[in-house]
Amino acid sequence: MKVVLQNLTKIFPSRDKKSNQEVVAVNDFSFEIPDGKLIGLLGPSGCGKSTTLYMISGLQKPTSGKIFFGDDDVTELSTENRGIGLVFQNYALYPHMTVKQNILFPLENLKGKDKLTKEEKLERAKSAAKLVQIDELMDRKPNELSGGQQQRVAIARALVKMPRVLLLDEPLSNLDARLRLQTREEIRRIQKETGITTVFVTHDQEEAMSISDMIVVMKLGVLQQIGKPQDVYDNPVNLFVAKFLGTPPINVFNGAVKDGKLYIGDAAVLETPGVADQEVTVGIRPEGFELEADGALECQLSNVEVMGRDVSIVTTHPASCNVTIRSIIDADCKVDVTATSVRYNLKPHKVFIFNKETEERIYF
Amino acid sequence: MVDTRKQWKAWLYLSPAIVLLLIFTVWPIFNTIRLSLMEGYNSTMAANPYVDYEFPFGLGNFTRVLEYPNFLTCLKNTVLLCVITVPISTLLALLIAVGLHSIKFLQKPLQTIFFMPYVTNSIAIGMVFAAMFNMVIGGSTRPDSVGIVNNILEALGFDYINWTNAGSSYGANLAVMVVYIVWNALPFKILVLLGGLQGINKQYYEAARVDGTKKSRVLWRITVPLLSPMLAYVIITGFIGGFKEYSSIVGIFGDTMGPAGNPYRMDTMVGFIYRAIGKQEGTASAAALILFGIIFVVTMINLAVSKKKTHY
Repeated sequence: MKVVLQNLTKIFPSRDKKSNQEVVAVNDFSFEIPDGKLIGLLGPSGCGKSTTLYMISGLQKPTSGKIFFGDDDVTELSTENRGIGLVFQNYALYPHMTVKQNILFPLENLKGKDKLTKEEKLERAKSAAKLVQIDELMDRKPNELSGGQQQRVAIARALVKMPRVLLLDEPLSNLDARLRLQTREEIRRIQKETGITTVFVTHDQEEAMSISDMIVVMKLGVLQQIGKPQDVYDNPVNLFVAKFLGTPPINVFNGAVKDGKLYIGDAAVLETPGVADQEVTVGIRPEGFELEADGALECQLSNVEVMGRDVSIVTTHPASCNVTIRSIIDADCKVDVTATSVRYNLKPHKVFIFNKETEERIYF
Repeated sequence: MVDTRKQWKAWLYLSPAIVLLLIFTVWPIFNTIRLSLMEGYNSTMAANPYVDYEFPFGLGNFTRVLEYPNFLTCLKNTVLLCVITVPISTLLALLIAVGLHSIKFLQKPLQTIFFMPYVTNSIAIGMVFAAMFNMVIGGSTRPDSVGIVNNILEALGFDYINWTNAGSSYGANLAVMVVYIVWNALPFKILVLLGGLQGINKQYYEAARVDGTKKSRVLWRITVPLLSPMLAYVIITGFIGGFKEYSSIVGIFGDTMGPAGNPYRMDTMVGFIYRAIGKQEGTASAAALILFGIIFVVTMINLAVSKKKTHY
């Protein structure tokens, strides 16, 4: 089921009667989620990603704009009639029911022609449990399960009524680091097996990048960029997106373009044909540095971290906007740890320049 | 653990409360047990400086309570009132609390109104109820004036009912008591349940909404189980309070505890104990211990049931 959001806007009225300050949580949001894909809504907290998810679910009504599932306009449809499955951030499993009762609960609400016999319900519940691999735990209560198991039960409960769209709110935020890795693979697998269009919300860019077919980057209620994770990473449209994606984060410098050349400090580091002379902000991915004895950019060496496969070189530079610059280079390159400075050449496709005022990308 | 050298400080801080509890709670309990075992104990006789009475040790006070003809009436009234009013008031309080919790408009004023009976004197409430159910019969067969309840009955096309006056039926008396006790018990229960409702995570309701759960199903399958600790609490305290019913009956029927011409028809265990004080303290103590035993057993049953049904 394709999901289309059209000029979606959500304005929360001000809480404080005096200031009358409205909060625009989601601002004129339009995009299309292709059928059967896994989409990550990504952004820092307060960017409106959960609000967007709740509007798709129908638990919140948009102030304006439209939502379509396939060709059906569901904007005015109440949540129970939309055919969605929703997994809450803290799972919201009914604590007094067993796993089986929790999974059966949505099926027991079906009425009219959708009504199922007892055997059919049990069959559906069992297959949902099997899909998320919790069929051994059917008679446990939620508080007897680990966080990861609770998460699976919540997904099974959302899937059992065969929703048209599956929505997950911060599905991994309550899990520890190892379980998070495992569970995100699991979500990917379940989504592939069922083929249900799935939207999940996260503030963790690594999480979104690793399993999504497409990511949607948001900031303060405004859509920044949408695309395949790798494309967005390789081609950020503005400084915010460039900064938000990638671990370690992108290195940002103050720079200038003069006579078709990009300068950081006094060093001309790159050819930038066709860009007018101006002050710019430069973003360089950690993997965009190459150690070179006669490299253009000289940085003061402060630390070298060996991580086995890679070496992470921490340096400083007066033009850097961050305290330190972190570059990642292949472990085969030998770094002289006693040296006071290192010299780099830059890989052009890992360097982005942005307008100093608007922070929009300047292409070269 | 507190450092042993500093424990005397803890005892010092606790001492005012401990002294008061010893004087007003622990000693009276022991004294009650002591008096109940002194056959025929009577404070007037015991206080007589000229005669030195010996009260024989034994269970005579208990047998006297059980043989007392009015005792069974007291027991029956007490149990009936408990068994009828606790379920009704709990159910009503649940529905009102859920209702109050789900509205936004007028929620605060309504909460205040529902809480009013709690801060009103029960004798005063009793007098108002007595007036509401009253019927003054003059010379003719028609009553000269009736309370608002009979006015409403008349407006609805029913006959007057003699609720509390001379010649009223036991059923009518009981009905008045049930209405009064339920109304009086509501505020505390509503308060506790409302507090419980506010502690339930809203996401359970959102999850239920996504699944298209009917309102009644949400109430019985989600709200009630999640509220069960509070429900158990109000039911248990309701039963304990119910077994101690006394002032409400005095409020409506006066200290004869029954309609004119039929005194002590609505008598209760506490009424029985209260009247024995000053005359037969031994008997009063025995009756108090019997009441304690009944409350203890009922509470144990309540706890056993709630342990199975309650989700914590």
